[in-house]
Amino acid sequence: MSNGLALLSIFVLSVFIGFEVVSKVSTTLHTPLMSGANAIHGIILIGAITVADRAVNNVQLSLAIVAVVLATINMVGGFVVTDRMLEMFKGKPRKASQTGGEK
Amino acid sequence: MNRNLYDLLGLCIAVSFILALKGLASPKSARRGNLIGAAGATAATVLVFFAPQEIGQSGTATASGHHHTLLILLAILFGVVVGVPAARKIQMTQMPQLVALFNGVGGGAAALVSIVEYLKLGSAASTPDVVATVFTVIVGCVSFAGSVVTFLKLQEIMTTRPVVFAGGRFLIAGTLVGVLASAAWVIHSMGNTSLLVMGLLSLLFGVLFVLPVGGADVPIVISLLNAFTGLTVAASGYVLQATLLIVAGTLVGASGTILTRLMATAMGRSLFGTLFGAFTAKPQAAAAAGEARPVKSGSPDDVAILLNYAQRVVIVPGFGLAVAQAQHTVREMADLLTSKGIDVAYGIHPVAGRMPGHMNVLLAEANVPYEQLVEMDEINPTFPQTDVVLVVGANDVVNPAARTTPGCPIFGMPILDVSQAGNVIFLKRSMRPGFAGIENELLYDPKTTLLFGDAKDSLTKVVSALKNL
Repeated sequence: MSNGLALLSIFVLSVFIGFEVVSKVSTTLHTPLMSGANAIHGIILIGAITVADRAVNNVQLSLAIVAVVLATINMVGGFVVTDRMLEMFKGKPRKASQTGGEK
Repeated sequence: MNRNLYDLLGLCIAVSFILALKGLASPKSARRGNLIGAAGATAATVLVFFAPQEIGQSGTATASGHHHTLLILLAILFGVVVGVPAARKIQMTQMPQLVALFNGVGGGAAALVSIVEYLKLGSAASTPDVVATVFTVIVGCVSFAGSVVTFLKLQEIMTTRPVVFAGGRFLIAGTLVGVLASAAWVIHSMGNTSLLVMGLLSLLFGVLFVLPVGGADVPIVISLLNAFTGLTVAASGYVLQATLLIVAGTLVGASGTILTRLMATAMGRSLFGTLFGAFTAKPQAAAAAGEARPVKSGSPDDVAILLNYAQRVVIVPGFGLAVAQAQHTVREMADLLTSKGIDVAYGIHPVAGRMPGHMNVLLAEANVPYEQLVEMDEINPTFPQTDVVLVVGANDVVNPAARTTPGCPIFGMPILDVSQAGNVIFLKRSMRPGFAGIENELLYDPKTTLLFGDAKDSLTKVVSALKNL
């Protein structure tokens, strides 16, 4: 299998996995889903690092470094904010569940 | 590092991203999933510094690249210093802005990565590479510019109303043609000027494309731009021959697509209608505006009595609740009612808030147990058995006009069917119509009581009245 075709196969299979996994996400968590997915595309950071590392002139290097900064903001910020949100969804013991648990 | 080992670790990281999304199937496993994803991303960032030489040098790119490790580490540090405090300090009501911004910078980064790779390859680039580059630059720039405009709208730095000007749709169409033409030019000539022109036109298109979208439709735009950025990352993964980028980008693309479709359905509109609706919408006749019709307004004590003798109460929160910062007060009231043996649930409309699922986050912040948050399809059949519905800072999502008035802007939008309940209480600041600017007949219904005032003030008074009963 040629390299291009292998990459295409990975892409197509990922589409199916993506739809399968995401359609099972609880409606309650759609905002964390979006910010979490956002954080995941921050992985473009490794692309940015790769091109920055091998830049051969200053134009390439400066563009690539800007990309590294942007991608880092995207990735780190995304995971941190998602964690902050999900922490709030943790089922910690509450007064409400003690007083009126029947449902 | 050995190539096979490197690729194997890449596969593990891709799996960690799938697990991160899979964890979101339930609030219980969600946080762990996100941490797995974060660990994977961190591992990937460390790993890329130990990449085997041939990675990232597709085609016959020169092998004489210099190493800039220190500079890169400084750039990463700078990104962390900017990103982490922003993510920590942001208020939950402002979450859509932050997501839009992160989305934009991600799209911008992906476009830049492809541009640099293209500059490096020069004439050695193969046609599939150039096509993938063109795709990345166009979609990345549109995503970047569109997200920035969305951010400005949500942050209310610029107007949230649709911005429409004469000839706007011709300008958009013209820009799109320009983008496509310059894309063909890039593929044909493989020059740098053509790439620059294409990038600039794409940025312009991104701005023009979001300007006419009104504030209420922003959830759709955010989801769509999220999908765009995902696909951009996937395409740059193709250019760089990086499997991990392809998998990660595609996952995000899928999630954005699903959410976009969900949001469009929840508004009862086609995606096209949302994005380009502002151009075709006729100005609404403000006919009913002048006449003053009698409404029944009540005091906090009246509301407290209605609630106290109910058996089942459903609270319908809207963005007005979040604006008034009344989440905590509403939870306090719900706890009080629950302690009196009253069944309390929250009816959540999918577009309540400014992004998909936003209201759930806002209520979770106020410690509302997520079991009490009930989706529209589940709560609607229960309204006939509900004694009191308390609508806090919402309007359009309960407006029967969506069912009864063909031709009104929200016609066809699924609504919470609160008119089936015994009593409806609206907490409103004034008689002003909601975001969509449509009169709500339900306000004049004999079983409706209105409690005017700031949502938080009103609820505080209701709570103290309830305590005295």
